[in-house]
Amino acid sequence: MILRKEFFRRPKNELERSSRIYKVPSPDVPGEMCVLCPSCKKPLLTGELNANANVCPECGYYFRMNARQRIHFIADENTFIELNSNLLSKNPLNFPNYPEKIKHARLESAEKEAVVTGTAEIGGFPCALFVMEARFMMGSMGTVVGEKITRIFEYATEHSLPVVGYIVSGGARMQEGILSLMQMAKTSGAVKRHSDAGNLYIAVLTDPTTGGVTASFGMEADIILAEPNALIGFAGPRVIEQTMRQKLPAGFQRAEFLLEKGFVDMISERKEQKKQITTLLSLHKEVSG
Amino acid sequence: MNAYEKVNAARAKNRPTGSDYIANIFQDFIEMHGDRRFGDDKAVITGIARLGNQPVTVIALEKGRDIKEKVYRNFGSAHPEGYRKALRQMKLAEKFGRPVVCFVDTAGAYCGIAAEERGQGQAIAENLMEMMTLKVPIISILIGEGGSGGALALAVADEVWMLENAVYSVISPEGCASILWKDSRKVKEASECLKLTADDLYRMKVIERIIGEHGRGFHLTCAELKRLLSQKLAENLRLSAEELVSNRYLRFRKFGSA
Repeated sequence: MILRKEFFRRPKNELERSSRIYKVPSPDVPGEMCVLCPSCKKPLLTGELNANANVCPECGYYFRMNARQRIHFIADENTFIELNSNLLSKNPLNFPNYPEKIKHARLESAEKEAVVTGTAEIGGFPCALFVMEARFMMGSMGTVVGEKITRIFEYATEHSLPVVGYIVSGGARMQEGILSLMQMAKTSGAVKRHSDAGNLYIAVLTDPTTGGVTASFGMEADIILAEPNALIGFAGPRVIEQTMRQKLPAGFQRAEFLLEKGFVDMISERKEQKKQITTLLSLHKEVSG
Repeated sequence: MNAYEKVNAARAKNRPTGSDYIANIFQDFIEMHGDRRFGDDKAVITGIARLGNQPVTVIALEKGRDIKEKVYRNFGSAHPEGYRKALRQMKLAEKFGRPVVCFVDTAGAYCGIAAEERGQGQAIAENLMEMMTLKVPIISILIGEGGSGGALALAVADEVWMLENAVYSVISPEGCASILWKDSRKVKEASECLKLTADDLYRMKVIERIIGEHGRGFHLTCAELKRLLSQKLAENLRLSAEELVSNRYLRFRKFGSA
């Protein structure tokens, strides 16, 4: 074990202290901890759950995965190199309580923002990777999320890399107002340039993918995979129920519904995902190159 | 006027709508219908017209004036086929090298079962992507309400202008209030927080120009718009497609890049 000096430094403030405590255990929670499956109510060992890609071995319920777990799960070991990790949200509109919300989200998620971006290899194929973090204000897109997504697409365009993106988001971030809305156009521009240069973009839509993220880079991929039963839509189901004053049909806006309507390419079981994405990357590899 | 008063002005019953601008700014307007995929969305008016000597493609979100027309126009809230209808006309504009002028006035893209089934998110996303690289000049003018993604889907442009009393926001003040204070009646406070007035947006460089309103002198506003549009479109028609597209990319690239 390497002893590093900063491990012994006294934390400067509360934020720093807590983020260290949270940060250490995330990808491999100790095997003896126990959680209840919200679907079948059976108690499960977290070690067992982790080994099963966070899918309940009893009933197949999909637990949400955080960004680091996703990266650990999809990228080849020790290949992920994070980019632009130091971009921090400001409060451009002086929106009430936004700084507190951000601070809370950082503690909650141990991330600085709602998306982690970088490069990695998947099944030996180099790619740019972005993974959104639901625990950070439900993956909402403000200027920093928009900027990181834009930069990763620009980087991938420059280096002729495919992009693989794991999406989970409630949509545009209200607290940054119109500037959040502008991120939809900004990211779409970057996706378009990447696409026009002949590069591949694979999106994996996970539960939930809604609002301004669905209506921008969520639906702009060449190939769209969706996790079973993930909620995917533009308007949230509650808003629609209020507008229509009627109950929504069972399965509405779920991944299988979108497959049926023609808006996703396939339902991707977590256990098959890495294999599927690897195959897709290999099928887009230039044969002569 | 404070922000809340602007919200009310932008939604006022007697406010001119998209077709009023079309009738007062352009000549020889010929309306085109349908997205060639599903149907014809009445919330979006599209067509070809002349601005001075210049043929242009005109697209407007139309709320409707009286109650009967409002129902017919779905109160200016488009379904996916409305955005696809607009995109179809934009692609034709690109093919024939004529510029595009969009008038935006909507509370938002329609939320409903049918809209979701037909891919509201996908339709908006496709417009954002395609407009970003459309090889002809695009000017978008917010004339009333600019409601979130449903407005942005017609406002990825070289320049975005806004009427003095129009508003443009990521969420309605009602929606914001109910999320923030669990009370949708605190619309006044929410309107202030969202920074949705033309002055706010001009300061944030989200829009290039504020168009003064002349009360009952609507014809004056239209004359002014006609003059400014002719000037700007002529200017942008002199740019190469590469310059045009690159400028548009950089226009949006700058938001939140500091």
